[in-house]
Amino acid sequence: MNVPEVVEYVKGLPDIVHAERNLFTCSEEGISAIKKGIKGHNLNRVIVASCTPRTHEPLFRAACEEAGLNKYLFEFVNIRDQCSWVHMREPEKATQKAKDLIRMGVAKARLLEPLEEVETPVIPSCMVMGGGVVGMSAALNLAEQGFEVHLVEKGKGLGGTLLDLYKLFPTNEQASKLVESAIQKVAAQSKIKAYLSTRVKDVRGFIGNFEVVLDQDGKESEIKVGTIIVAIGAEELKPVHQYGYGKFPNVVTQLELEQRMKKGEFEGQNVVMINCVGARIPERTYCSRFCCMTAVKNATLIRESNPASKVWILHRDLMAYGEDFENYYRWSMEQGVRFIRYDREKPPQVIGDGTAEKVRVWHQLRGREIELPADMVVLTTPLIPRADNEEISKMLKVPLSEQGFFLEAHVKLMPLEFATEGIYICGSARWPTEIAEGVAQAYGAAAKAAIPMRRGYVKPEAITSYVNEDLCGGCGICFEMCPYSAIEIKAENGKRVAHCITALCKGCGTCGAACPSGAISMNHFTDEQILAQIAALTA
Amino acid sequence: MAEFEPQIIAFCCNWCTYAAADLAGTSRVHYPPNVKIVRVMCSGMVNPIYVLKAFESGADGVLVAGCNLVDCYYLDGPVKCDAMFAILKKLVHILGLEDERLRREMISASEGVVFARVVEEMVEGLKKLGPAPFKVKKGAVV
Repeated sequence: MNVPEVVEYVKGLPDIVHAERNLFTCSEEGISAIKKGIKGHNLNRVIVASCTPRTHEPLFRAACEEAGLNKYLFEFVNIRDQCSWVHMREPEKATQKAKDLIRMGVAKARLLEPLEEVETPVIPSCMVMGGGVVGMSAALNLAEQGFEVHLVEKGKGLGGTLLDLYKLFPTNEQASKLVESAIQKVAAQSKIKAYLSTRVKDVRGFIGNFEVVLDQDGKESEIKVGTIIVAIGAEELKPVHQYGYGKFPNVVTQLELEQRMKKGEFEGQNVVMINCVGARIPERTYCSRFCCMTAVKNATLIRESNPASKVWILHRDLMAYGEDFENYYRWSMEQGVRFIRYDREKPPQVIGDGTAEKVRVWHQLRGREIELPADMVVLTTPLIPRADNEEISKMLKVPLSEQGFFLEAHVKLMPLEFATEGIYICGSARWPTEIAEGVAQAYGAAAKAAIPMRRGYVKPEAITSYVNEDLCGGCGICFEMCPYSAIEIKAENGKRVAHCITALCKGCGTCGAACPSGAISMNHFTDEQILAQIAALTA
Repeated sequence: MAEFEPQIIAFCCNWCTYAAADLAGTSRVHYPPNVKIVRVMCSGMVNPIYVLKAFESGADGVLVAGCNLVDCYYLDGPVKCDAMFAILKKLVHILGLEDERLRREMISASEGVVFARVVEEMVEGLKKLGPAPFKVKKGAVV
């Protein structure tokens, strides 16, 4: 586009005192030009027409602030990503569009108002939901940093799923050893208060100051925390009515097999394992990632304890990622575990009368059906979201994925945290996760939760809604609309009026759009500002 | 006579569709320059008055676009947007505007190409429809 022409046009717009062209406004040179302009021309609004506010608004706002101009008096006009780069074949039209966009931006900027960000304190205390190995790891990490931790577990004891496991891949160490050492550390840590048989009943408030109602066997108590970490894990799918599960007593899941092995109750000469039961199918498309390794581990442990046994793993693909798992998988083959690939279109059949006796499977390499003797059939099933995920997601106002796991704000840019500030996620509640990864995530979530707690305060953006109480009729529609419970209806001088709790407001503006009396507006995106921007569409 | 070039105002939510439009730029996807984006924080904050104002200000078409139902930054903004949009549709109909002039889309941040395609379709459709019937010429005596 013809930038000099655009600059000349902008100079002629009403209220424009100064306009200049920069090659890179975000460079040091450009930033100092902004500051010099503010001081030299005594500017009270600044507009940058360049790339996108999504990446560069903070930089230009900071430049304004440094020059003594309130940062909310800055307006961004996007003429690169949304103009020059998408209309390269039509430079004249792109130039005209840039003029139009800037004119609209100027119209909005004229009505911008200075805003103040309100500092709110952060209580240096965290609630960790879930007392499994991941929750305990997060709790220990924060406690060792000196923060108070409330560790809430719905079960009778700490330890979670690990309590049911026998040995762990890829080290073959006893699960009980790992979990007991974590429980002991938690018990010895004076900063951690563990609540057993306890459910989180209600959560109100916002980052820095969450009010949590706990229900411990029917007895309610309240705690106040600055941050929350969700580490409630997931559960194993019980494959009812599949492959004779529930019909034959010797058809079990991997977890049930481990419980038997742990108690020393396992006996089996011929064991057939079937992988991907209930996973990677149209109604549950995802791969649970570590269950292949669980099967490999249990199969090898059986071979090790009884070299005369025969163990087959019937699999679709085999997930053995990373060097450790790959080596472990090789080792299992050396130990005599037999791997047979099956086709989803021709799944194995478990055959028996009263108990499972054999498994019939189409052998892809041999191109024919084979029969394997089985005195035990083990079904490898995926982890599925916990039944209470939905309730908890509503309580915390954080989203779930299509599959029902907790959904972080951005998988690459904001992992382990929710868009709702002050709430973090780790472990299998987020996605099926093996222990080492889960613990690493716990440390990541703890590190993120520590940031606002260490700083001691948060300064949320001032883009929040406000109520003109004279216009408010107290109908309460805004209260219904707000996804963050940031609106309360108060009775003032005998009149019902809405009131916005600024610290809770995230600035979506839906309350304002729904208000029948036009009493609510959102800072920085007021009706007047947006309407002025629209009205400037045509010169 | 020059070909009629429709004016479109697109209300795009900051988190999804505005980001999609940025992505169209970074991936150099071409689309007609007839659209002007007004950034809003959430599609659910698009007050019906904004849309009416857009038509009053000379727009021939209006696009209201934001996150999908599952990836809304504000949990359920698209639901609220849909509810308001349904009313808006009726209102626009009463005003005598063709249905095609008002479009609602959910375009996620990764769908730069989808954004470009929607704009293309709208421009094409509006060219066939012609200028919005109550487009008031500046300076005309009403």
